[in-house]
Amino acid sequence: MAVVLVDAGGTNIGSVRYALQRLGTDAALTADATAIRAADKVILPGVGAAGPGMARLRELGLIELLRSLTQPVLGVCLGMQLLCAHSEEGDTACLGLIPATVRRFVETSDRRVPHMGWNRLRRQREHPLLAGLGEDDYAYFVHSYAVPLGEWSLASTDYGEAFSAAVAHGNFHGMQFHPERSAAVGARLLRNFLEL
Amino acid sequence: MLSRRIIPCLDVRDGKVVKGVRFRDHVVMGEIVELALRYRDEGADELVFYDITASPEGRSVDRAWVERVARAIDIPFCVAGGIRSADEARAVLHAGADKISVNSPALERPELIDELADAFGVQCVVVGIDSLRDADGEWRVRQYTGDPSKTQALARRTLDWMIEAQQRGAGEIVLNCMGSDGVRRGYDLTQLSVARAICQVPLIASGGAGAPEHFRDAFVEADVDGALAASVFHAGTIAIPALKRYLHGQGIAMRLPDQETTA
Repeated sequence: MAVVLVDAGGTNIGSVRYALQRLGTDAALTADATAIRAADKVILPGVGAAGPGMARLRELGLIELLRSLTQPVLGVCLGMQLLCAHSEEGDTACLGLIPATVRRFVETSDRRVPHMGWNRLRRQREHPLLAGLGEDDYAYFVHSYAVPLGEWSLASTDYGEAFSAAVAHGNFHGMQFHPERSAAVGARLLRNFLEL
Repeated sequence: MLSRRIIPCLDVRDGKVVKGVRFRDHVVMGEIVELALRYRDEGADELVFYDITASPEGRSVDRAWVERVARAIDIPFCVAGGIRSADEARAVLHAGADKISVNSPALERPELIDELADAFGVQCVVVGIDSLRDADGEWRVRQYTGDPSKTQALARRTLDWMIEAQQRGAGEIVLNCMGSDGVRRGYDLTQLSVARAICQVPLIASGGAGAPEHFRDAFVEADVDGALAASVFHAGTIAIPALKRYLHGQGIAMRLPDQETTA
């Protein structure tokens, strides 16, 4: 099985690649359209801001390619946000593959932003991506913007309000948390994606 | 609900994990990857690696061990030690670190915090602050604390620096209270509580953990987001699984180690 990591410049690419290696999958790091189109699974990692993230995909000429993919695609953290229609971060038009708008967490006295640390995943609906997910499973999050709940939500997490922790819309999937840094729970969910 | 974090800190010197008392007299505690994996297995929420001699020696952190750690562990980790530029930070982040922490170089040149936040986002940028109470009752910042012969007391007040660091783009602050560090009599709750009131980003307590109650006090009384400790974990005085179960029993949100068995 060919798995590719889209090299859009995010600093967590190495970590995602190592996580896949621990699962026995050697993913190629590439920005090559032909390699991405030919892959069985495509992962779009990402750390940083939405505007520069989209600009980088545009520079690489990958926007229309990513929109046209029919195999399972997984966006991680910013990668998941880039799959959405629009982000409040820099008022950025994103890929439009998941019909959601990414919104900033509003700071309150008991909600510090960024949302950084381990938080609980709650299943919103059954999906193979969440196979084996337990009631008390935690994942590691680091983000200031989030995808609201909607028809796309597979799992939610509560941080003052509930938001989408994992999403799916057709062949496009997303994890707001970092599966590569979420210990055994993250490894399980990454493996689920590889087995879709 | 976001859980509070238990963070073992591994001071790194010449590629080994070391620990000193009051920042002096370092002894070797073990191999980096071996200790990292042990803490991951025990349920540590995050790890911090301080290359404690990088800043006093004027060099950046050694990337080789960062990559070895990144390949081996699947919990987040932060690397600190002499990171003086966005390029050096990028190298460490690309080697697989999730966050970088700056301390002495940010005191030399505070714009470093802005540069790092612009380049990588605030979520990657941790500012470490070593703080000691002076005879006049003010907490002030110390620089180059990795080497006692080079440690400097600055005129800068700790709380002023915390505010400036946040304005410049710190996404998290680790407040190391040097007066309580290494002596295991508890975190400096007074200083942490005052710091908490002016800290809008996650605040991590450091310095002084000696018993499970000290962690509870830091979370309950000073409302910190995470508690960092070194010697009590390295020496086995406190076992992380038992500590987390105790804190959970005290009503503190914890990711319990036995929740790690689902895969």
